[in-house]
Amino acid sequence: MSIFTIQPVFLITDILLFLLVAIAVGYFCYARQHAHLVTPWKHLSKNSVAMGSAAILLAYLSIAVVDSIHFKLPSENYSKEDPHYQPEALSLLDVWLKPLRDKSEKSYSSPFASQLFTKESIEQKNGSTIWDYPSLRYGGVHLNEGQSKSADILIRSIPGVIKGLLLGALVLILLTLYHRKKSPQPLFYHMQQILKGQCSIQWRPFLFVSTGLFIISGIIIELSQVYHVFGTDKIGDSILYQSLKSIRTGILIGTLTTLVMLPFAIILGIAAGYFRGWIDDLIQYIYTTLNSIPSLLLIAAVMLMLQVHLNNNAEDYNSLLERADLRLLFLCMILSVTSWTGLCRYLRAESLKLREMDYIAAARTMGVSHISILSRHILPNVTHIVLITVILDFSGLVLAEAMLAYVQIGVDPTTESWGNMINSARLEMAREPAVWWSLTAAFTFMLILVLAANLFSDAVRDALDPRGQHYD
Amino acid sequence: MEVLTTVQKIMLLFVVLILSGTIFITHSPLTYASWNNPYNAEPEEDNILYVAFSSRPKHLDPVRSYSEDEYQYLGQIYEPPLQYHYLQRPYTLEPQTLTKMPEIVYLDKSGTPLVEPINHDQIAYTEYHFELQKGILYQPHPALAKDQQGNYYYHSLTKDESKPFKSLEHFPHTGTRELLAQDYVNQIKRIANPALHSPIRGLMQEYIVGLKELAQTLDERTKSSGKINDLRNFLVEGVKSTGDYQFSIRLNGKYPQFLYWLAMPFFAPIPWEADVFYNQPGFDKNNISLHWYPIGTGAYMLTENNPNLRMVLEKNPNFRTQRYPSTGEPGDKEKGLLRDAEKTIPFIDKVVFTLEKESIPYWNKFLQGYFDSSGISSDSFDNAISFGSAGEINLTNDMKSRGIQLNTVVGTSTFYLGFNMHDATIGGPSERARLLRQAISIAVDYDEYISIFTNGRGISGQGPIPPGIFGYKNGEAGINPYVYEWDNGKAKRKSIKYAKQLLEQAGYKNGIDNQTSKPLSLFYESIDIGPDGKARLNWLRKQFEKIDIQLIIRSTDYNRFQEKLLTGAAQLFNFGWNADYPDPENFLFLFYGPQGKIKYSGENAANYDNPEYNHLFDQMKSMSNSPARQKIIDQMVEILRHDAPWVFGFHPKTFSLQHSWYKNIKPFIMTNTGTIKYKRIDKKQRYEKRQQWNQPIVWPVVLILLCIIALVIPAIIAYRHRERSRLL
Amino acid sequence: MMSYIIRRILYAIPILIGVNILTFLLFFYVNTPDDIAKAQLGEKRVSQEAIEQWKQSKGYDKPILWNAEATGIQKLGDTIFFDKSIRMIFFDFGSSDSGRDINYDISQRMWPSLAIAIPTLLIGLTVNITIALMIVFFRGTAIDTWAVVFCVFLLSISSLFYIIGGQFFFSKMLHLVPISGYDTGASAIKFLILPIIIGVIGGIGGGVRWYRTLFIEEIEKDYVRTARAKGLKEITVLFRHILNNAMIPILTGVVVILPLLFMGSLLMESFFSIPGLGSYTIDGIQRQDFAIVRSMVYLGSVLYIIGLILTDISYTIVDPRVRLN
Repeated sequence: MSIFTIQPVFLITDILLFLLVAIAVGYFCYARQHAHLVTPWKHLSKNSVAMGSAAILLAYLSIAVVDSIHFKLPSENYSKEDPHYQPEALSLLDVWLKPLRDKSEKSYSSPFASQLFTKESIEQKNGSTIWDYPSLRYGGVHLNEGQSKSADILIRSIPGVIKGLLLGALVLILLTLYHRKKSPQPLFYHMQQILKGQCSIQWRPFLFVSTGLFIISGIIIELSQVYHVFGTDKIGDSILYQSLKSIRTGILIGTLTTLVMLPFAIILGIAAGYFRGWIDDLIQYIYTTLNSIPSLLLIAAVMLMLQVHLNNNAEDYNSLLERADLRLLFLCMILSVTSWTGLCRYLRAESLKLREMDYIAAARTMGVSHISILSRHILPNVTHIVLITVILDFSGLVLAEAMLAYVQIGVDPTTESWGNMINSARLEMAREPAVWWSLTAAFTFMLILVLAANLFSDAVRDALDPRGQHYD
Repeated sequence: MEVLTTVQKIMLLFVVLILSGTIFITHSPLTYASWNNPYNAEPEEDNILYVAFSSRPKHLDPVRSYSEDEYQYLGQIYEPPLQYHYLQRPYTLEPQTLTKMPEIVYLDKSGTPLVEPINHDQIAYTEYHFELQKGILYQPHPALAKDQQGNYYYHSLTKDESKPFKSLEHFPHTGTRELLAQDYVNQIKRIANPALHSPIRGLMQEYIVGLKELAQTLDERTKSSGKINDLRNFLVEGVKSTGDYQFSIRLNGKYPQFLYWLAMPFFAPIPWEADVFYNQPGFDKNNISLHWYPIGTGAYMLTENNPNLRMVLEKNPNFRTQRYPSTGEPGDKEKGLLRDAEKTIPFIDKVVFTLEKESIPYWNKFLQGYFDSSGISSDSFDNAISFGSAGEINLTNDMKSRGIQLNTVVGTSTFYLGFNMHDATIGGPSERARLLRQAISIAVDYDEYISIFTNGRGISGQGPIPPGIFGYKNGEAGINPYVYEWDNGKAKRKSIKYAKQLLEQAGYKNGIDNQTSKPLSLFYESIDIGPDGKARLNWLRKQFEKIDIQLIIRSTDYNRFQEKLLTGAAQLFNFGWNADYPDPENFLFLFYGPQGKIKYSGENAANYDNPEYNHLFDQMKSMSNSPARQKIIDQMVEILRHDAPWVFGFHPKTFSLQHSWYKNIKPFIMTNTGTIKYKRIDKKQRYEKRQQWNQPIVWPVVLILLCIIALVIPAIIAYRHRERSRLL
Repeated sequence: MMSYIIRRILYAIPILIGVNILTFLLFFYVNTPDDIAKAQLGEKRVSQEAIEQWKQSKGYDKPILWNAEATGIQKLGDTIFFDKSIRMIFFDFGSSDSGRDINYDISQRMWPSLAIAIPTLLIGLTVNITIALMIVFFRGTAIDTWAVVFCVFLLSISSLFYIIGGQFFFSKMLHLVPISGYDTGASAIKFLILPIIIGVIGGIGGGVRWYRTLFIEEIEKDYVRTARAKGLKEITVLFRHILNNAMIPILTGVVVILPLLFMGSLLMESFFSIPGLGSYTIDGIQRQDFAIVRSMVYLGSVLYIIGLILTDISYTIVDPRVRLN
């Protein structure tokens, strides 16, 4: 099977995510050439909390990106003349995690277990049946009788730690080389600067956090060869796999929502502030109306309607993935309807202020067209507000997803998401002994992302908005 | 430091308070009252049954109500002419308000009774004659309240007059009257009333003579002059009361299953006064309607109706003397079920149904003794049940030590995976499609499904008829030979290898269609959105993967799902059937051609239509249980197994747990008969157990508070330090 | 003042009409009366005839916007839009799809919602402000930094976790309060303790962080320095001067949510089976009873607008310098 025989699949959310990444890279390149845009970022790069959380965010983002490259593998009887593909589209992450997907047990098993969580009648070799915990098909089968599991886990994690450390060292070397390019001091000097935290950019926390992540992933990768590190769920699927797949959903909801709303919020917000008069009245009317509808109810209403619509037109969507994707997109869109009004209001206020500035008034009297005033003078001066809102909204949206799943108006039930995991875990907690691992895994993965995002956004706000305005 | 500062004094006071509070709480008599008791009743007067409900009832009007959620109240309140015997098995009907079982007379076309020996072909009508017991009284109810002149107090209220009555308790006067045959007739007329949306209106029109005509008349009148409430001036040809205590119902042809319907609330008596009373202006604004305030003759009456919080049934003070049954099934005596024989029922004064939507609180409250019984959700299962070495079911030691009793019973319902027989790939009588269906029947391993998703609470279906219903066969004779083989005294599912062979015979070798040489993929309509839904869908997909078939899942909502079934757009779907009455006819009709969903919008969702089967069904339908009937049923089941229009899924088993103080419990699945009147509570034992299980544990809270204080003290020290340094 | 309020109320009318039209479009454009009927009639033995009858009895068989058969004003009046939407403007919600009167249910269910929401708000406010002031006192030290990080940590935990954890700990392990349920009158207290505690704890992270920033802003102003220079104790400065001056932003935040307290807490009420408006809404959503959802959307919007007006009024009361125009 060569790489050329795959059929790429582009989901709408994939495209949007790549678009978002492209915009971010574009902004980065643009900002580098403009000193006043670089200053706040320099300021940010000196903040150690920000750099530490950036490492985590970057890790999550890269998993989401890897999980957004979808394609179909050729089916068994593939031929060039008559190409057949497997009906299910996979992502790069799915392919990479294939061992995890395939090692499916019968039902629940706790982390690192070698037996199922519940008893079953087992047929023994002599034909009689006993009622006991059956051994797992994959988890811990390599263990010999009487072998200590904790010792085994410890020994197996050592290579993971080493690999993690090596990757960390690699990052350090890359960073050193980067700084070396800028100034002629010897390599060792730069390395020392980075490690001491005296570099112009606070690489130390970034380095430590990423090395930590490398070590943890190293250990998990090593152990997941032979164990279910986070246990398995009701039908024996790996919780680790689900948690990793959920990252994409979380990231998409956090980012796409803002991406979708940005054009509306920016255009309407600036227009309202700049033109005033009836345009302002109209736009204010629109957002007050939308704002006054309780957001959860609006979301519920739209999602219920979407469900009806999807069901009416089920034939248009030939795969479950596409349907789920569309639903995710709609969720992002409707979340953005409920969240753009805030940004719109800030932008309106800011442009009201800006339009009275001397240079803009001067430009107006000189007959510069409205469009160019808006795009040249006003838009660049409100970007910091946009950025702050985008980053501030992110964590709230990730948390909102879990809540919406509980009300059953969240992402499609077949989509892996933390919300869906928590929702099914509600029942599992009522078991005794409780099945705690899938809840714990979902909460942990979510908590790390949200915590990092919150810490990062605090820092971004401090860096971009030194005047101390607040956009909460 | 000379004197304590104010802050320190306050802190010290705080600490002392908490410590003394702890000592007081842990040593005072207060401890013996359990803090987490969600109820207020004093232990002495607590002859109350506490149960939970998870979804609120929608309609308590017996003519409309058609779900178990509602029957658990209606069964206690309303009395249809017949009921099921509480102890006897198989379930047998017995008179409830009648003096004896109804007399059945067969008539020919001209309406003259046929005499023995009866020629079945001559039967044109069947007539049922009922005789009521005398002296049965309705519960106290304002609709029946009369003043001294004999005029009804509340039958002609204006909109303004009715405003202050926010609920039924607000009416100062209540009255009662004797149950009359006319009340039963009135209810049958109500079935035809279009304003009441009775689900059996269509079905009963086919059988009850004259009901169709009444329905038409009522339809027209409703269209021209609005909703009709008082039906006294309308008549049904086939339903007559011949005196205050006698009435008769005439049916078209022969319909032996009609007796079962007579045990359902659809045929409970409704006095005309209720119709007049409830339809007065302004009552609907306060939700005063028959949907929320029943009026019955049964052992209990609804006294508090707050479907958002709780429903309370109280003993009907006008209830006639009724006694606990003195005979039962063999073995009942040993189980103590006959200890209360011939005693006057009901035993329990009051039943409190509490709304409990989430399963975690429900289960925990049961364990704490605040619910007297509990169904076991799949997730609390391991907590409660353990299996013996041979797989027999036992309670765990923890449950046993609490004295909890376990009852299991296979319900009269079945879950299945249906094939749309109109579908080009999967349906139709061709051998190719049949082999495909048989292969799928083997591959979809419902035994595994039962063990994963229901914790073994179910038995896999060998055919459509669940155990406990006439026609079901146990053991080797009862297995489905197309899916199972008998191995070592057990039914064993045939191997996947065999299923693949079948598939190859059908022309789908390795899942590749030999006609198009494309992989075979099937569509499954899913309405599963619960927390477990995703797991279930993945499981199903895996089952089809076993025989190389791609299952494409299309999720829809319930409405769309129904529509797809109606239009035949569905290919594969999961569905279930809950029997109305314990007769094989109620299961086998699900395959009857003229019940087809697409053509006749009936209940035959698979649209199975086999002339031979239809013919046998017509024969079997009107027979009473006998070896001859068994033989026909066997033939029918064989046809179904061979054609495999369903993957016969499983018949769920209901497990329920009861606390030791809850007496006279026998599993009883005919929910339309109320059984609370037979049950008893040992309130003293309950009180003691509750006390024992719910000792409050306070020290962790105290510990937390102390920790907070421990954190605050350094802060205060730091504060003082800063303050001083600032002043310097 | 009076004329200002009247003007604001008049301004609210087009907004409410907008909300009304929006919800109407949402609910009737895609979801046909047939769908509503099928959802309400249940599962067994539902015929097309039954659906028609149901629609007729609930008034869903009328034309949507324009009744050509009627005469005069009835051309507009005898339609679904008028029946189901316009009446709502005057708070006449009619009956839910399942048959109960919505006004009656709302009047019953708002009390439990308030019984949780008001104490949670008041206690939460006190706790959050106290902690925030304490943190502000230690501004610039490690205590401040770690407290903020801890707040962010608390903030990052999903509220579901607080509820599940709280029930598990206080009710299941310690037997201190009933796990769930509700009662009327004084006996409601024991059911309310746990939801309120969980509500307060769940709000600490966000609340403290927000008030901290408010106070920090305030503390850098001149009058604080003057007060300190006078030798006032730090505690006095914090609790008297800063708190007083930070009142406007605090009030804005509180008053705007005050009316919305009626709407109840969706999660809390469902988990604790409290019969409030929050669980009413969730029920409506889950059982697809659109009449309820529609009514709650409208009610929510009205309450939101009332909140906005109240905020403006409260400005003038707290700070006489602010004048409305």
